[in-house]
Amino acid sequence: MSVGERIVLGPFNRVEGDLEVHLEVAAGRVAAAYVNAPLFRGFEHILRGKDPRDALVLVPRLCGICSVSQSAAAAAALREAIGLAVPANGELAANLVLAAENLADHFTHFYLFFMPDFARDAYAERPWFAAAQARFKAVRGTAAAEAVPARAAFLELTGLLAGKWPHTLSLQPGGSARAVSAAEKVRLYALLREFRRWLERHTFGDTLEAIGALDSIDALASWAAARAPASSDLRLFLEIADDLGLARIGRATDRFLSYGAYTLAGRPLFARGLWQPEEATVTAFDPDDIREDLSHAWMRGQTRHPWRGVTEPDPDKDGAYSWCKAPRLAGQVVECGALARQMVDGHPLARDLVAREGGSVRARVLCRLLELARVLPAMESWVHALRPGEPFCAHGPLPDEATGCGLVEAARGALGHWLVIRHGRIASYQIIAPTTWNFSPRDAAGTPGALEQALVGLPVDDARVPLAVQHVVRSFDPCMVCTVH
Amino acid sequence: MNLLWLQSGGCGGCTMSLLCADSSDLLGSLADVGIRILWHPSLSEESGVEALELLAACAAGEHPVDLLCVEGALLRGPDGSGRFHRLGGSGRPMIAWVRELAARARYTLAIGSCAAWGGVTAAGPNPAGACGLQYEGDTPGGLLGSDYRSAAGLPVINVAGCPTHPGWVVETLMALSLGQFGSDALDALARPRFYADQLVHHGCSRNEYYEFKASAEKPSDQGCLMENMGCKGTQAHADCNLRPWNGSGSCTRGGYACISCTEPGFEEPGHPFGPTPELPVIPIGLPSDMPKAWFVALAALSKSATPRRVRDNAVADHLAVAPAIRRTGLK
Repeated sequence: MSVGERIVLGPFNRVEGDLEVHLEVAAGRVAAAYVNAPLFRGFEHILRGKDPRDALVLVPRLCGICSVSQSAAAAAALREAIGLAVPANGELAANLVLAAENLADHFTHFYLFFMPDFARDAYAERPWFAAAQARFKAVRGTAAAEAVPARAAFLELTGLLAGKWPHTLSLQPGGSARAVSAAEKVRLYALLREFRRWLERHTFGDTLEAIGALDSIDALASWAAARAPASSDLRLFLEIADDLGLARIGRATDRFLSYGAYTLAGRPLFARGLWQPEEATVTAFDPDDIREDLSHAWMRGQTRHPWRGVTEPDPDKDGAYSWCKAPRLAGQVVECGALARQMVDGHPLARDLVAREGGSVRARVLCRLLELARVLPAMESWVHALRPGEPFCAHGPLPDEATGCGLVEAARGALGHWLVIRHGRIASYQIIAPTTWNFSPRDAAGTPGALEQALVGLPVDDARVPLAVQHVVRSFDPCMVCTVH
Repeated sequence: MNLLWLQSGGCGGCTMSLLCADSSDLLGSLADVGIRILWHPSLSEESGVEALELLAACAAGEHPVDLLCVEGALLRGPDGSGRFHRLGGSGRPMIAWVRELAARARYTLAIGSCAAWGGVTAAGPNPAGACGLQYEGDTPGGLLGSDYRSAAGLPVINVAGCPTHPGWVVETLMALSLGQFGSDALDALARPRFYADQLVHHGCSRNEYYEFKASAEKPSDQGCLMENMGCKGTQAHADCNLRPWNGSGSCTRGGYACISCTEPGFEEPGHPFGPTPELPVIPIGLPSDMPKAWFVALAALSKSATPRRVRDNAVADHLAVAPAIRRTGLK
């Protein structure tokens, strides 16, 4: 392969939405990467001038896979604008619906989006190939046949608590519009236990609590060695990851952002903060330090905080290569997602993975599975805590002049909505989605975004479908429809 | 039958909804009626060049495309160029791909309201120039034009909904594959009649509140959502309360109003979605085929006859008053 050759990868499928990746290749390795989100819809224009409550209808429809996260962020922004305190039942119900979406997304990513790449014929010589092909072959593998109905059964939780998924209106600024009866609590609990049994039997081959208690790479290795790789999907993944060195590829900046997830009475289940790799510690961050840089986006305007942000397409702009803006926190590139959440929360396995191997393909995938194991038991406790007969929703009038910021954790990481209400209408609505952070283009200083950094140095063994690139891109579980919106 | 699925100016939610199908083996059920997935962006192995080669072969007629499913609106902007969505890796606007493939397809399906009418992507000032395959809102035309017919002689089949129900998609695909779906299976907006000849109102679990016009006043109330909460279930064509969503759900069961998401133009109702506008004193959601004067008279009568149980429960978020126990046998 000649020095400086450019290759274009797209349509990059088994991600949500449309993605194109440009690579400069030198000596068989990626020398530079440019990530393009090739679809623009203009939701921030659509929202302008609307009744602020219409955001609850419109913003979930930004994204069919992060729909509830968008609802939750809009509800949080409106809640701040109105000044409402949500009753305990409302927080529990909204957390259950958001957690159901987030876990279903992790599950979908593992079984339908990420693992099928190991069933490609290019891996036919590997010792684990026969098992991977039987289990994970796209469309035809046993995992697709079994995981799709298991996911559908789990999402019956949303039928009960939110009417349907995606695109519910049950999440309201004051809590949930869907109260739960005592009998329905039992049904919710039964649905959670059914999904738990599926995960314990097929995904983990162990209890969720045993997975959540794995506290180091060594503990993980001895757990994996205790039984045959074919005994569970996680063990098979670990065997593949070891053989292909997935712990050594995909590192970005190792600076991790989490807005904090699943808050009850002011306390999040997963902590909020910023992991600083230099000091190896978590610090607080100020959302006022966020800026969106437009230098390489097909957008007009200056670098601004989302309170003052604009979204004006400029499809012929020189030097631009994506519809995605470049968000930066205090000028720095950050990564978000399950790995970031578990790092900021201080889970010992996540901390050990990053300390010894850096943020890798393996670490990202493991932290998603770790969240399946950690969040489902929390959901069981939330169902127990629901108190039928007590309020699920608070109410209050919408002011004519107000602002509200909603920061939530979607499956893919930090999601922010910034709402400005003037004369009773939406004057400005700006959104920064998780993949906007992870898949941002370069900023004015020329600093590449997180994925662009993570791809540099990877081998390009096959210019048609470079496999390491496939794994690294999908390890972020990108959602491109959210990215640009 | 070969199925090819493309996504453009939408959210991908109709695929996500499809994967919630009430089936113990969705992919197996499709295969069982002879449907072979040529390519689906969320499910298939082929990526990048592999996928582009496959699409090019379909466009050239080398692979027959029996079922062309398009999800998401078609983006004509900026300035008619289609550059707001270029299919990754191809440099070409998606609308060019869709035109080419639709010319080959035996059946063309719009999956969801964006692909059918433009949908939410066409809301507000329609910044991306979104339209449906064969409609722009309720005006025939769209990307392919009102004269378009697929090779089998049908217009675009509009499996509208936001998202669309998995059952609507699966049953349409299965009926097509089994040769049991002809032009008489479509309503006047080319939606499958098996769901579009129903109203969301049919089977609504709030029916007793509707009968007495015992209305919800705020989110989480159990009463009828028509008078105050903007519900259009008496007008919206769909079987959402006969065929539940995600096991046992529907919008009205989930505590919120029907926004008539299967109808063209639902995204711009001309008023905020939440509160019901009154024109004057008559809620907008009243049944479309009922004389207004009768509705007003009946509503007044039923309101005055409302039992206390129904009136109190309508504005509570849980059962405040249980039904009285009476012997129901014949006397």
